[in-house]
Amino acid sequence: MNLDFSDDQKFLQEEAKKFLEKEQSVNRNRSVLEHDENIDIDLWNKIVGLGWTGIRIPEEYDGLGLGHLELCVIAEELGRYLAPVPFSSSVYLFTEAIINYADDSIKKEMLPKLVSGEIVGTLAVAEELKAPSAENINLTFSEGKINGTKIAVPDAEIATHAIVVAKTDSGASLQLVDLSANGVNIEKQENIDESRGYFSITFKDVESKLIGDNSTGWELYEYIINQAAVLFGYEQIGGSQAALDMAISYAKERYAFGRQIGSFQAIKHKLADMYIALTLAKSNCYYAAWALSTNSSDLPSASATARVSATKAYQLCSKENIQTHGGNGFTWEYDCHMYYRRSKLLSLNIGSLSNWREKLVTSLEQSNIN
Amino acid sequence: MDFKDTPEQAKFRKTCREWLENNAALKDASPSESTFANKDIIKEAKAWQKKKYDAGWAMLHWPKEYGGIGASPIERIIWGNEESKFDVPKGIFEIGLGMCGPVMMQYASDEQKERYLPPMAEGKEIWCQLFSEPSAGSDVAGLRSKAVQDGDKWIINGQKVWTSGAHFSDFGILVVRHDPNLEKHKGLTFFFVDMKSPGIEVKPIKQITGGSSFNEVYFTDVEIPDSQRLGEIGDGWKVAITTLMNERLAVGDADGCDVEDAFKWAKTQDSLGEPLLNNKAVRESIADWYCEANGLKNTKLRTMSALSKGDTPGPEASITKIVSAGKLQDIGNFGIDSMDMTGMLKSDNSDIKRFQNAWLGAPGLRIAGGTDEILRNIIAERVLGLPQDPRADKGVAYKDIPSGNS
Repeated sequence: MNLDFSDDQKFLQEEAKKFLEKEQSVNRNRSVLEHDENIDIDLWNKIVGLGWTGIRIPEEYDGLGLGHLELCVIAEELGRYLAPVPFSSSVYLFTEAIINYADDSIKKEMLPKLVSGEIVGTLAVAEELKAPSAENINLTFSEGKINGTKIAVPDAEIATHAIVVAKTDSGASLQLVDLSANGVNIEKQENIDESRGYFSITFKDVESKLIGDNSTGWELYEYIINQAAVLFGYEQIGGSQAALDMAISYAKERYAFGRQIGSFQAIKHKLADMYIALTLAKSNCYYAAWALSTNSSDLPSASATARVSATKAYQLCSKENIQTHGGNGFTWEYDCHMYYRRSKLLSLNIGSLSNWREKLVTSLEQSNIN
Repeated sequence: MDFKDTPEQAKFRKTCREWLENNAALKDASPSESTFANKDIIKEAKAWQKKKYDAGWAMLHWPKEYGGIGASPIERIIWGNEESKFDVPKGIFEIGLGMCGPVMMQYASDEQKERYLPPMAEGKEIWCQLFSEPSAGSDVAGLRSKAVQDGDKWIINGQKVWTSGAHFSDFGILVVRHDPNLEKHKGLTFFFVDMKSPGIEVKPIKQITGGSSFNEVYFTDVEIPDSQRLGEIGDGWKVAITTLMNERLAVGDADGCDVEDAFKWAKTQDSLGEPLLNNKAVRESIADWYCEANGLKNTKLRTMSALSKGDTPGPEASITKIVSAGKLQDIGNFGIDSMDMTGMLKSDNSDIKRFQNAWLGAPGLRIAGGTDEILRNIIAERVLGLPQDPRADKGVAYKDIPSGNS
């Protein structure tokens, strides 16, 4: 019985923590939030330099050839320190899609450049102000070209490439697109966490390469986000822990009515509930990490379980951290709002809480284990 | 990461399993009532305990001289794992073996351990725990039952309450006040007592469920020899804390129904012409219960992983009872509500019975062994390191503490 990370993985996590602490990642996040650009290029370049974008990429393509568990511990630290970089878009979604479904020539062309940072990827799915589904994708692929518009595409300002979910004659497919190609028009969309950017992308007769097959693209997309949900889950528990730690330390230093506010049961019970939600989420993430790293048939239910509990934990921890800080928590100056914003961004990036609850129950119905 | 036993653990599991298969019946695949539910549960439980004792399984982590086999914590968990798959009588020895045993092991003399521990493990003698009082529940150190020293014995007067199993117990562990002039935590002393002693009267309490598993216990001039004192005079609180720590481990998960029952029920129950499981609100609840149930299960696996490596587990297990008791109450409530205006009716249907029993029993689980509120305080203070409340009873002689009864 060993539902824990190895000593090497824990060491990697410790190194990641030290690095992000030293680089003042949380302060960098504030700076990005307050300026026009939606990324800290310097931090991103350093992360690329450490090899993290190539953790899962095989050594034959210049990557580190490590597993998903190594990616999980890195994700937890990026979440804890609010790193304002496109790691989730490029690594959990784009790179994993290439590793899973691209043919050898594309892998040979792209994977080494994902390691070196020459290529940064993202995933484009939504088209309207509602949840995307196999039925409401209107961007079309035919005769080697795509036409249509995607919205709320994360990190497209730095991304060189995107995987685009497109409608075909026989269903849906995943299309690999070079974002510098003719006919691509990227526009920034303002959002409520400007430490990460959202963009609309219009494609007009843009050449694309098919990833996977021409009809089952939606199933491939579902599998990619089932995998990514575990990694997003780790970012979310990292952020939850940071918000809880912040609330604990404020509850100890702030006095009211002649005593530390952490001595009031109204505060204690709030923080205990945050700890409970976080512990449930963390344990579910451990199990999902195992399912992800072994490609278990449990992955759909395990990743949805991790995703639902991690989303709930981060939303609870980030909002109650503000509440614990009182008026200070509502100011721009305190960091509380940065966790609140990020918790929302991470909870929506691959689909909302209610959609993941639905995916969870659907996976239980399908596995029929109960 | 993996869920495999080490070769030694696998071998141990096989030994457990083989013995259990030869001595008990596996539970049905579809959980129904235990076959022991309608029998003389004490007789059945004693017989099962004796069987286990003779084979060394009763208290396997205890040293050999007291009837154990010196098993490691992970072996104890493996045994518990395997035993839980079999239909065996439960609910009689948990307090004695889980709480009284460890205290006797730590504080009794060698002669006493030799005299009392083996019959406790064998199931010949049943033990109970006499802590709570009518005016001392969550604040158990506020208890007022009196102990007055008289030569080499003590005279006990007072009342205990919520004492599970007192009506069939042979011995009990007892904490009482030897000096009301001291501060409240300092004036307590700890004993074990023969429940057949003159002056002890046990009165069962009828519970919400209609059953009576706990009691009031009255002490009138009960004599206890000083040799049955555990710990020094005035160390009663320290000894009690050892016991309460073990109680939290002993209480653990709430038995009853869980998300699997809710899921199965929702698949088959009709609601306005379609399966209840098609209802969006029901699906969201089931998703949340599934996350809680698996969160607890996976937390347990993390704890086991630490034990398996010989490490001390983190504080994660402190969330178990608070989450499982609340979930039990919600799932029972869901099952009853799903029958709409007929949900009040008693039925022979075992699912309906289980939902109703869960709903009626869950309030007790949210209180026993530390209320939800006390457990949140414990998490906040011991795990998160938050300060204690300023208290009106600190540094005050017990007799001067406001009690609302003066």
